[in-house]
Amino acid sequence: MAIETLFIANRGEIAVRIIRAAQSLGIKTVQAYSEADAEMLAVRLADEAVCVGPAPAAKSYLNISAVVAAAKDAGADAVHPGYGFLAENADFARAVEDAGMIFVGPKPETIERMGDKVAARIAAKEAGVPTVPGSDGRITADEALSVADEIGYPVMIKAAAGGGGRGIRIAQDAAELARLAPQARAEAEAAFGDGGLYLEKVIVNPRHIEVQILGDGTGAAVHCYERECSLQRRRQKVWEEAPAFGLPDATREAMCNAAVALAEAVNYRGAGTIEYLYDAVADEFYFIEMNTRIQVEHPVTEMITGLDLVAMMLRIAGGETLPVTQDQITCTGHAIEVRLNAEDPLMQFLPFPGKVASLSIPEGNGLRFDHFLYEGYQIPPFYDSLLGKMIVHAPTREAAIDLMAETLKDLEIGGLKTTTPLHLALAADPGVRAGDFHTQWLEPWLDAGNLTSTDAA
Amino acid sequence: MTDIVSPLPGTFYHKPDPNSAPFKSAGDAVAVGDTIGLIEVMKTFIEVKAEAAGTFSDYVAADATPVSAGDVLAKMG
Repeated sequence: MAIETLFIANRGEIAVRIIRAAQSLGIKTVQAYSEADAEMLAVRLADEAVCVGPAPAAKSYLNISAVVAAAKDAGADAVHPGYGFLAENADFARAVEDAGMIFVGPKPETIERMGDKVAARIAAKEAGVPTVPGSDGRITADEALSVADEIGYPVMIKAAAGGGGRGIRIAQDAAELARLAPQARAEAEAAFGDGGLYLEKVIVNPRHIEVQILGDGTGAAVHCYERECSLQRRRQKVWEEAPAFGLPDATREAMCNAAVALAEAVNYRGAGTIEYLYDAVADEFYFIEMNTRIQVEHPVTEMITGLDLVAMMLRIAGGETLPVTQDQITCTGHAIEVRLNAEDPLMQFLPFPGKVASLSIPEGNGLRFDHFLYEGYQIPPFYDSLLGKMIVHAPTREAAIDLMAETLKDLEIGGLKTTTPLHLALAADPGVRAGDFHTQWLEPWLDAGNLTSTDAA
Repeated sequence: MTDIVSPLPGTFYHKPDPNSAPFKSAGDAVAVGDTIGLIEVMKTFIEVKAEAAGTFSDYVAADATPVSAGDVLAKMG
């Protein structure tokens, strides 16, 4: 049954994005908002808006009973969770269904299964997706040497009972492992009362490459090619591209096919992402996790495929089978997205929740700006700092980088500090232009002083 | 009396974490640079530091409540 009234349980730019997709399908929209968000753009664009609680997210956007009750009272027949907040919360998905509404996303069981690191790794292995080579369960300090010989050095030694990075050691060779394994065992014994160890291969300076998939919950799934998201600061992506540059065709095909196999194996419903580490030197990729939601960087995939992923999610949630076949999904040109945050990159990325004094957005062929700004809008300090995403699409990667630089120079967001100077410096960097980077690249680049006030345009 | 005002809008906290004691209590000595609270702004925690020395009187803004830039957070004698 097609969705008639959609409740948007999110805020910021993604709420605006979801409203636009819903409107394109003729769906009525009801926007959730906190007391601090009464003036946000999504509230103005939606057909109706409902306050779900006070400013702190824990009391509003993360309050399952308040959000479900608001959706129900508004007469919604479906709830889109966006990303973050409750998007990957199985209890929320279940509460939405128990209240007789459609959750726009996978089934609660799928969220639970893929959200559990161990269960997700098992599901990936069963579907034939490569995982980071490891000991597959606990081993003794003595067994560590033979396991390490098999998977190759360097290896990471972790406490089987541990978590949060405690007790992790890296051994470069057998001699170091022989020295470190007993230490790790003793420490694990002392810390957790369990000396069990776990061994995993260290992927040196990996790239982060992920595959977008769509499934309809019947076991059928398609991929929409991959994204390159290696430029990260504090594990947050700052710049994303599609497709991934420099990837051998056979590797791309293997990555995409493995992602489809996993999505089909778990009867995936909706839009999802399979994340991999890619070892460019060895040309090997390894599953790290699956994200069971629409992602911030989905627009780069939309630019190269021409698909509207959010509209697809809504159609699938409304009961349609996969609206596209694999051979209808093509990859054209190159797309780049940069995340514009309300932060001062020249002041250690200090948050800057100011008021938008003026706004001038470049428009043209291959340009897209997903945002929630308008002149006079006061950015609330209570949520994350993402203001918007500048997205460009051009025939080649080089042309896309040029277009991004030109566009960012023309973009004017008055009254705020934003991360625009960082992106201009990245666009001008020879390493970025050459595609010579990985997930461990950006932070040392910043520490080395590559971003200075003279770069700021 | 000296006011300690918020440098940024955000959520003001009296404690370094929910299970700890407040940074300062009435009668505590305050030195320049002492942390008297935290402001959470866009998921980042910023320390609020005293810019003058004195004796701590009390918090004015309640713990874990929204504040605007320039709001009085605490008073010193």
